Amino acid sequence: MNATRPCLDIRSLSTVLPNGARVLRSVSLSVQPSEVRALVGESGAGKTMIGKAVLGVLPLSVRIVEGDMLLEGEDLGRLQPKARRTLIGARTALIPQDPLTALNPSRRIGPQMTDRLVRILGWSGQRADLRIRQLLDEVQIRDPDRVLKCYPHELSGGMRQRVLIAAAFAAEPRLIVADEPTTALDVTVQKQILRLIAQLQREHGTAILFVTHDLGVVAKISQKVSVLYAGKVVEEAETAALFAAPQHPYTRALMAATPRYTDPFASLKPVDEAVLAGLASEIAAADQAWKRSHG
Amino acid sequence: MDEARNSRSRISRRGSSRHGSGARLWLAGGWLLLALLAAIFAPLVAPQDPLAQDLMFERLPPFWMSGSEPGFWLGTDSLGRDLLSRLIFGARIAFIVAFAAALAACLVGSTLGLISGYFGGWADRIISRIVDVWMAFPPVLFAILLVAVLGTGLSSVIIAIAVIDWTRFCRVIRAESMGQARMDYVENARIAGYGRIGIMLREVLPNVVPSIMALLSLEMGIAVIVEAILSFVNLSISTDDPTWGGIIAEGRLSIHQAWWVLVFPLVTLILTVLSFSQFGEGLKARFDPVLR
Ligand SMILES: Nc1ncnc2c1ncn2[C@@H]1O[C@H](COP(=O)(O)OP(=O)(O)O)[C@@H](O)[C@H]1O
Ligand SMILES: [Mg+2]
Repeated sequence: MNATRPCLDIRSLSTVLPNGARVLRSVSLSVQPSEVRALVGESGAGKTMIGKAVLGVLPLSVRIVEGDMLLEGEDLGRLQPKARRTLIGARTALIPQDPLTALNPSRRIGPQMTDRLVRILGWSGQRADLRIRQLLDEVQIRDPDRVLKCYPHELSGGMRQRVLIAAAFAAEPRLIVADEPTTALDVTVQKQILRLIAQLQREHGTAILFVTHDLGVVAKISQKVSVLYAGKVVEEAETAALFAAPQHPYTRALMAATPRYTDPFASLKPVDEAVLAGLASEIAAADQAWKRSHG
Repeated sequence: MDEARNSRSRISRRGSSRHGSGARLWLAGGWLLLALLAAIFAPLVAPQDPLAQDLMFERLPPFWMSGSEPGFWLGTDSLGRDLLSRLIFGARIAFIVAFAAALAACLVGSTLGLISGYFGGWADRIISRIVDVWMAFPPVLFAILLVAVLGTGLSSVIIAIAVIDWTRFCRVIRAESMGQARMDYVENARIAGYGRIGIMLREVLPNVVPSIMALLSLEMGIAVIVEAILSFVNLSISTDDPTWGGIIAEGRLSIHQAWWVLVFPLVTLILTVLSFSQFGEGLKARFDPVLR
């Protein structure tokens, strides 16, 4: 029995491309309220696609062929498109991978941030402005007047990501999808941004689906982890348990492939052939089973 | 040494978009403003009646040559009409055609381009196919054909230019909106609950406005040329009103006796067309927040 209702519950989600290829393979994962769930996997595994599916912005070419997504108990698939948009708009937010393209280059920061609160929550412009300033303070932007008047390209990458983090938390969403939010940043800035997200997450009690390919980040920020390979969740565990005793060979290989400061080169092993062969047959078997049940 | 450093800094300064666009914008804008004011106030500023013929004064040379007459600054044509006055009155038709035709082409082309690029899918397929078919016609031939069908006159020239040239806007704005539609901020706006049309107008349109302005200005120049070509082949305005193309056509006939009747309208035309295109580029550089 589950005492708390999950904030996000994805049940057996599969998507296909126009050519029939299955990209997500019966993905199940849930995020409890106020919990950080890391979604880790190599590039192309389908992490971003899961995030887009949740936020309702899958490309038109990608079709959902199986599965349900429940946002705070509401089945997104059952809602009318308009009601779904409103629900997603009010309860979720995205911290994107590339803070440059996530801001409109020809609009100033201020209106881009307040627009949303006015539009989603129906706030007055004044109230939205106050709220935005409060959040800018929380992300340690000390000169909000200047920043709000800037165009995105006038800010540094780290500043842009701070602005986007502030914007994401401003509407008090229940769930934030953070899609590799530090990947595009300088290493020195990465740490600050990560710390900031963790801090705001704690203070606001927001659930986060934290997409990353970096196990080091997983250890720092999350309570639970799902390991994704080729659109299939191969392992799921509490973060501490996963690091203490990884079950799946792929997870073990991934850990072995993560560089350590003490011995950066010795530990940089590519994923073992045997592990990959095992994964391939595992995925082939899953696809067979899926084909049989879905004709 | 100093010389080299100086010239390098001058080059790099000219290379930077701010300074380059500034000079371009002001020079081109200055000429256009001058021509526009002359056109608007033609009856006040033209020294002579552009239609008045005087066989005593035929083929007078411009003011600095011997045999010129005061009051006929750029000389007269073979019927004794004052060339400067004819150019000034010709500017009226040139600007009316430029503004009306370019605006019409811009409105149609940009709207379709925006829809095509942002929505994609079948809307894009239909619009792109129409553009392809449209562009298969050679434009000048197309214009002559249209005017032949619509009949000569100011409005049919304007319609012909708009009908032909909306594709220029459509293609460019489609490509740009398509690029913008793929940007994450568009996705972000969708997550925040904005509708598709709202996103198109609020998020995508502002990003293509600098290009629309540049194209609009370029198109005005093109409209001036097309009008001149149509006048040149006697398919434009059927009245006696002077047009630049018409003056050029007349000047060609008397090139050996009076070169100025050909050269001055040509220079005016080229200056105006160049100014329109440079003005557009300058505007774009100035108003694009990323380039700026
Ligand atoms: N719009 C799309 N059309 C076709 N294939 C896509 C599209 N987007 C992603 N894919 C494919 O889906 C897979 C998962 O991509 P993605 O979710 O971006 O991976 P990740 O974020 O884990 O790096 C990749 O193999 C990619 O090629
Ligand atoms: Mg990704």
